[in-house]
Amino acid sequence: MVEHAPVLLMVVPLLAAVFCALLGLRWKALCLPLTIIGFIAALYFSVITFLQVSASSDHQVIYFLGGWNASEFPRGVGIEYRVDLLNGMLLIVIAAVALLAAIFSKQFVSMETPGKEPQYYALFLLLAVGLMGMTITADAFNLYVLLEVSSLTSYALIAMGSRRASVAAFQYLIMGTIGASFYLLGVGYLYIKTGSLNMQGIHDILIGEGLLESPAVYVAFLLIFVGVWIKLAFFPLSTWLPNAYSRAPTATGCIIAPLMTKVSVYIMLRIMLTVFGPEYVYDELSWSGPMVWIAVVAIIAGSILALGQKDLRRMLSYLIIAEVGYMVGGAWLLAPGGMARGESLYSTATGLVGTGYHIISDAAMTLCLFLAVGAMIVKAGSSRIEDMKGLFRKCPVTMACFVVGALAMIGVPPTCGFFSKWYLISGAFEAGRWEFAAALIISSLVNAVLFFRIIEFAYFGKLPEVDDAHGHHQRHDEGGMEENPPSMLVPLVLASVALIAIGLFNKEIAGYLSQFLNTVAMGGQG
Amino acid sequence: MEIYSIKPLLAFLAPLLGLVFINLLRKKPNWREGATFVAAFTQCGIVFSMLPDALAGNYHVFTFLEILPDVHIRLRADPMGMIFAMVASTLWIVTTLYGIGYMRGLKEHAQTRFFSFFAVSLGATIGVAFAANLFTLYLFYEMLSLATFPLVTHHQDRDARGGGRTYLTYLLGTSVAFALPAIIFIYAKTGSAVDFLSPEVLGAQIDPVMGGILLLMLVFGFAKSGLMPFHSWLPGAMVAPTPVSALLHAVAVVKVGVFCVIRVYTGVFDQDLLQSLDIGVIVTYFAAFTVLISSLIALSQDNLKRRLAFSTIGQLGYITVGVSMLSSGALSGVESPQAMTGSILHIAMHACGKITLFFCAGAIFVASGCKYISQLDGIGRRMPFTMIAFLIGALSVIGLPPTGGVISKWFLIMGALEAKYLFVMVILLTSSFLNIIYLLPIAVRAFFIPKNEGAFHGSVKEAPWQCVVPLCVTAVLSVLLFFFSGPLLELCSSSADFLKPR
Amino acid sequence: MMIGLWGMISKNNLIKKLIGMSIFQTAIILFYVSVAVKSETANIPILPHHGHDYSPKIALAHAVSDDHENGGHDDHAGHQAHPVGPKIPDPDGYANPLPHVLMLTAIVVGVATLGLALAITQKIYREYGTLEEDQLLEKVRADDHG
Repeated sequence: MVEHAPVLLMVVPLLAAVFCALLGLRWKALCLPLTIIGFIAALYFSVITFLQVSASSDHQVIYFLGGWNASEFPRGVGIEYRVDLLNGMLLIVIAAVALLAAIFSKQFVSMETPGKEPQYYALFLLLAVGLMGMTITADAFNLYVLLEVSSLTSYALIAMGSRRASVAAFQYLIMGTIGASFYLLGVGYLYIKTGSLNMQGIHDILIGEGLLESPAVYVAFLLIFVGVWIKLAFFPLSTWLPNAYSRAPTATGCIIAPLMTKVSVYIMLRIMLTVFGPEYVYDELSWSGPMVWIAVVAIIAGSILALGQKDLRRMLSYLIIAEVGYMVGGAWLLAPGGMARGESLYSTATGLVGTGYHIISDAAMTLCLFLAVGAMIVKAGSSRIEDMKGLFRKCPVTMACFVVGALAMIGVPPTCGFFSKWYLISGAFEAGRWEFAAALIISSLVNAVLFFRIIEFAYFGKLPEVDDAHGHHQRHDEGGMEENPPSMLVPLVLASVALIAIGLFNKEIAGYLSQFLNTVAMGGQG
Repeated sequence: MEIYSIKPLLAFLAPLLGLVFINLLRKKPNWREGATFVAAFTQCGIVFSMLPDALAGNYHVFTFLEILPDVHIRLRADPMGMIFAMVASTLWIVTTLYGIGYMRGLKEHAQTRFFSFFAVSLGATIGVAFAANLFTLYLFYEMLSLATFPLVTHHQDRDARGGGRTYLTYLLGTSVAFALPAIIFIYAKTGSAVDFLSPEVLGAQIDPVMGGILLLMLVFGFAKSGLMPFHSWLPGAMVAPTPVSALLHAVAVVKVGVFCVIRVYTGVFDQDLLQSLDIGVIVTYFAAFTVLISSLIALSQDNLKRRLAFSTIGQLGYITVGVSMLSSGALSGVESPQAMTGSILHIAMHACGKITLFFCAGAIFVASGCKYISQLDGIGRRMPFTMIAFLIGALSVIGLPPTGGVISKWFLIMGALEAKYLFVMVILLTSSFLNIIYLLPIAVRAFFIPKNEGAFHGSVKEAPWQCVVPLCVTAVLSVLLFFFSGPLLELCSSSADFLKPR
Repeated sequence: MMIGLWGMISKNNLIKKLIGMSIFQTAIILFYVSVAVKSETANIPILPHHGHDYSPKIALAHAVSDDHENGGHDDHAGHQAHPVGPKIPDPDGYANPLPHVLMLTAIVVGVATLGLALAITQKIYREYGTLEEDQLLEKVRADDHG
């Protein structure tokens, strides 16, 4: 069983989805338990897989589906799942986020999409399956399939909400399909040139046959990247995101927002590092300059647009666009020609470490915030910021978790957000890209303004017009405490704790990432 | 000599444990307040227990963990840190008693939250005092900003919200925009978090231009030092209840700020590098400017707390100007610059003096509801203890014997001479003169001008005993520091050892 | 492909957008399939069970084996799992089956996308009564302010 862990982490939720869809029609109450069991299994197997990865000598675990392994059949025939240190951690994150979102969803599904539990949870499970598959696969076409699986399920999950959600889902569908199709087209070009679909295989052939100069490969790179950028909502290809995330049903938002864009960032890293290789990406193309500048624009634009929002969830969505800017910028920080100068990827790759760490960190932060905001909206009865008055009295635990999430977004130690910024800014200084460092600082300050505005509303409650004679007014009791139910609180508290834990363990995580980058620098294994 | 011990950690944890008990006991006010006292005495005891070792040159060190490659969160009880920790922990005890009297006297709400965040703030303060490197310093600095926010905005009314906003905007804004990038830059270039006992790491890899920029960024980034133009958070924070103003803004928060600045000057830059940073003279100018302007503004304030706030900004400027002179070439080769001694000493002296003044202001408010100086004529007859204490506190802040303030001001003025900054000396003297003008009349009029019949309603008498006792204690302390400043001076000279080339 | 893209972006009616999407996806599928063709003489990759070539044109296939689109190689990694037989057929004589297989998957994905999109469109029509994008956006904005 254990040697099949890499596959089981997908298969079990997949089976759960099937059961949910079928059995759930008759016994609705089974759906949520099935979902939770599915995710617990996924989490369990992803942890086992990661342990295998870190224990193995070359820090990766390879699994060929159906036994079509590389020793008997040439690479490119079978579909390979490869887990290394980067996606190993991401798998755990996906499973954990899905689990917490599922637990949280209990109240919301019955409120927002009543009667549709079987379909909802089946889609929920399939979404996670798709995401995990994207992370673990080492086959470029398989990636497309799973990309579409997760995209389609996310369109459907969003469309199950209110009528505004349907329109948002439609727009998202159009944009997402364009993105995925570009990706497919790009892979097609690569296939023409190399004849292989296996990521490592493509890389070997590109290097081995000296194909890196060819225009077709350049076109392939371009197409793949534009496709991926649409999916990860890189400004200005991000117009679909605010509507889709803010109008989606609450529980849907909680699983899609933390994961979709982050997994897409992972895909970008994987394409850059494994398929094309760092020499090509950094030395051949001279994209670093403009890319970082676009990232700077993304960060600033996302932050400024977030400032103007009155709706809490829309504000968070714009912040996601800014966070994506962090990650893309971080990945492209390496100065052109750096590899040629003999610097190893390891020593100058703080930006990449920052991006990798931020994938994990941002997933956790987004989860915590979306959970908290979901709970706050329930209590306040509206999703507008100015309606959040007095929430600290009503639901202190929820608000405390929100504050932790806010501190993480601002970048206060010891939360994980601080360390992401630390690595990214260090990377910027090392690469001499002051504008990126400045953008990150500005973003922290804007986040501080944004979140403290909300905290103020929640903390101060209704402000009276007149102060009484003693210089401080006698406060009326504005109602007692009505905290949220455990199904909402437990995931929320766990998410907040995770933020701090990820922060405290940043050295270990960064260590894994550096090791991963080392392997990449040495040309990858086998 | 470093001793690996758990004491610095315990000093930090004591208030946090207190926090737990404060919340557990929230239904029983007397027990709850007892928890604070226990925590405060414990913290004070632990701090003082490390004093003999620190004087002997053995520093207690505790390392939390290695949070980033080569960056440790580490606490160390070195002489400078000891002075600050002793001041803060002693005054916490006194302030708690005062706080009880004040909060109960005014029947304030949310007292559990108040005492809880008070405890957390003191924990953060000790964290700053004992921080062994720049990263740890920053960590606790930010923790303090956040922990004091609920205290500043305690009243939760419109004013509180405005004050809170100003507070955070200035403090978080400067630290994130200036201090943090500087710290990360240093890390990126040198791979270390700059341990304060080994700043030569920085000297090797930073050229003077970069060093100058970093100096400015760090000094202005730690805006809790009240350096103009980033000082506005201080008067804004006066919306807080007086015990908060007293401890935090006369003692803990502002002293954290100048303490960080002193650390920057003594522990971050190698002395040779420091003396080549001509751009550092900007700090001296800004600090001197701060001293002068704040004294002038203080003159114009009728609200007692605001006048005291601007006075604090000025006194902090003294401390900053003192250390800033270290970056001038005139002090190269000087073994133990008097300016530095003056700055460190002033932390203690000003703390005692200023806290007395704030306590008095609060006591007056509790007893009579008066906030404005113009209302205070003749109140001395009704509140003799309070106003005598006020007088003593004023003397300390002005710098007249027999209070401790005179010693620190003496060193500062001598230090300015030593560094050949005559204009600084002139400004310090002028400002002391202005201090006399804006502080003494309050005490004088309280005693010698007959009371205005309509000014006080009913029979105003002395404030509750829990308020009066602390202010008397701190007043007495101010006087004692004049006579018994020996240990402090020793610690200061040990601190100066850091400046010797290694 | 470009027609499809243009349709998706610039047309106002949702159904027209979907038609554009279909065109776009089909274009990509055709692209892949076109890659599979090696020459006019290449046959379908099915070997008769008695193991020798069926097509008389295979001799021609040898001669024109280098005449590919885009000059790319596509016969190495694609299919080397030859059935073991007395005579190994020449790979150039057969169309590359792999892109076909991939496109089957892609077609399925396309169908699913289209189905989902139509379902969403139906829902939108039920709830808003119109399928014109500009009118929809107005109504959605009204919803937001309501």
